Amino acid sequence: MNRRLLPLAVTMLLFVGMAVFGAIRYDGFLSPQVFLNLLIDNAFLCVVAVGMTFVILSGGIDLSVGAVIALTTMISAALLNAGWNPFAAMAVVLLFGALFGAAQGFLIQRFALAPFIVTLAGMFLARGCCYLISTESIPINDATYASIAQARIPVGLDASLTVGALIALLVVAAGMRIAHATEFGRTVYAIGGGESSARLMGLPVSTTKIGVYLLSGLCAALGGVVMTFYMLSGYSLHAVGLELDAIAAVVIGGTLLAGGVGYVAGTLFGVLILGIIQTLIAFDGTLSSWWTRIVVGALLLLFCLLQRLFEGRTRRTA
Amino acid sequence: MNRAQRLARHALFWPATTLALLLLVCALFNPSFLGIAWQNGHLYGNLVDILNRAAPLMIVSMGMTLVIAVRGLDISVGAVVAIAATVAALMIGGSFSASGDVASRFPLWIALVTALGVAAACGMWNGLLVVKAGMQPIVATLILMVAGRGIAQLLTGGQIITVYYAPFYALGNGFLLGIPVALWIAAALWGLLHLVLSRSALGLFIRAIGGNPEAARVAGVRSSAITLCVYTFCGLAAGVAGLIISSNVKSADANNAGQLLELDAILAVTLGGTALTGGRFTLAGTVIGALIIQTLTSMIYSLGVPPEVNLVVKAALVFAVMLLQSAEFRALVMRPVRNPRAGAA
Repeated sequence: MNRRLLPLAVTMLLFVGMAVFGAIRYDGFLSPQVFLNLLIDNAFLCVVAVGMTFVILSGGIDLSVGAVIALTTMISAALLNAGWNPFAAMAVVLLFGALFGAAQGFLIQRFALAPFIVTLAGMFLARGCCYLISTESIPINDATYASIAQARIPVGLDASLTVGALIALLVVAAGMRIAHATEFGRTVYAIGGGESSARLMGLPVSTTKIGVYLLSGLCAALGGVVMTFYMLSGYSLHAVGLELDAIAAVVIGGTLLAGGVGYVAGTLFGVLILGIIQTLIAFDGTLSSWWTRIVVGALLLLFCLLQRLFEGRTRRTA
Repeated sequence: MNRAQRLARHALFWPATTLALLLLVCALFNPSFLGIAWQNGHLYGNLVDILNRAAPLMIVSMGMTLVIAVRGLDISVGAVVAIAATVAALMIGGSFSASGDVASRFPLWIALVTALGVAAACGMWNGLLVVKAGMQPIVATLILMVAGRGIAQLLTGGQIITVYYAPFYALGNGFLLGIPVALWIAAALWGLLHLVLSRSALGLFIRAIGGNPEAARVAGVRSSAITLCVYTFCGLAAGVAGLIISSNVKSADANNAGQLLELDAILAVTLGGTALTGGRFTLAGTVIGALIIQTLTSMIYSLGVPPEVNLVVKAALVFAVMLLQSAEFRALVMRPVRNPRAGAA
């Protein structure tokens, strides 16, 4: 088996193992809807994590995504309350997210700034803009948004998906295609493997780096739209700390934080593992919510150590 | 090079200028802002307040400076603050009584030492992951950042622990010789670090590791041991800050104590002129950086600007400072000035 697939295989095995554990231990766990709910309840995280995968593959990081989601819900709510067409509002927030990401990418690329600091400032800016719009939660009463939020897409076996979950699946599919079958995607891997080598190969490093952050901003805005469907409100404190969950999902999905190695499909499983931990804790009923954090931390540790082991082995064989 | 140019090149020039400008703006809008008075046996005034409130951030940022100087990063300091505060609050505890004299569960010094020990152990854990397991610092500390608050909440059972033992309040609210105790602690820590870093070879070693870890190792610097110590110290500093913060609010909130402190600390370090790429660091700059952040907050409150604007202003400031620190940006701006013909052509 290809060594690079090893972390992905471990992630999938872990997910299956947790599912089997849940199925044996708790009644009613093994129903299709429980598993689809993993996707429904984490749809926005999944969308954001796909964008984050590209950023991390390129060797960067994007801390602004949680704040961009919050800002997206705020702008959507404000525009809808001002009587905008819902689809025009969606287009505006998506465009805004892409521009926000691209601006960060430009600063990182053009002035050789640390992605950590630039996106940190972006996070402050986006959260700050939320407060400028309103410090209160803004409810959304738009009929189109409400009907999208309530829509259920039957998938057989008495189970159904939401529009948000469907968007998440489409984003994962698109992400896989972009990563593995486009020039942009291959350039992202090359940059993560070694930026100067990629440049010497004549690859369009500058535009790709900006494009990666643009994609992440776009995904964050799309995640915000999905969250707006889920919450039906705009609030400046939506998605606090979501960037960490997204990074955790990407790492658990087997992507190396050093860049260059990883799969978008792994990120989907990373998100599902975060979801199943919460579901297991909810099914158990006696465990408190803070166990989620401890287990996620332990999983992060496990995967990072595993990656180090795996990296060390490839280096020795090389 | 004349004197003005040499001054402008000094590492502390930009941070100090920024701070001075901020204070000037405050003084312009509110002439009494800079006033200091002696009231109830201690110093009183906006400046004292800024220094006092900035003390925990200064302390955390000093630890962060050293970590960044060895090409590291510690994003778990907020979680360590929460853990230290929780441990101290649980060990001191006490329950409300009308008479006011409440006994501590353990002697105060044992509680404080234990809390600091736990915090240092957290830092050492980070250091071990970085040095022994060879993880990237941001990932290694991400683990504790995610799990740390969970552990703190596990200890408290999700409750906010209130401390009723009055002597503990002195750390965050007390005054010694008219100056806030928290400020004494920050000053002592700075003095100690300054002494150790300038009187021993440690400062040189830290710069060497940050400049080029491989070269430092080959030159015989024990970089693993030093890096481990630096992370441990950063955890310890976060623990001290956690004690001050929990003493100040007389309770420990595992969920919110030190929230976003890691970002403010990194910001303070950056504003102070320490290079995020490692090697070059200035503790005095970091202290100024922490003061800039606190002055900004105080200024926004004192000018009557809605606090919502605080984050936007902070973001603008970070953008401005990081652009100024970027050699590429300075080259872009200075090119037309230095060589006007080239720009026109």
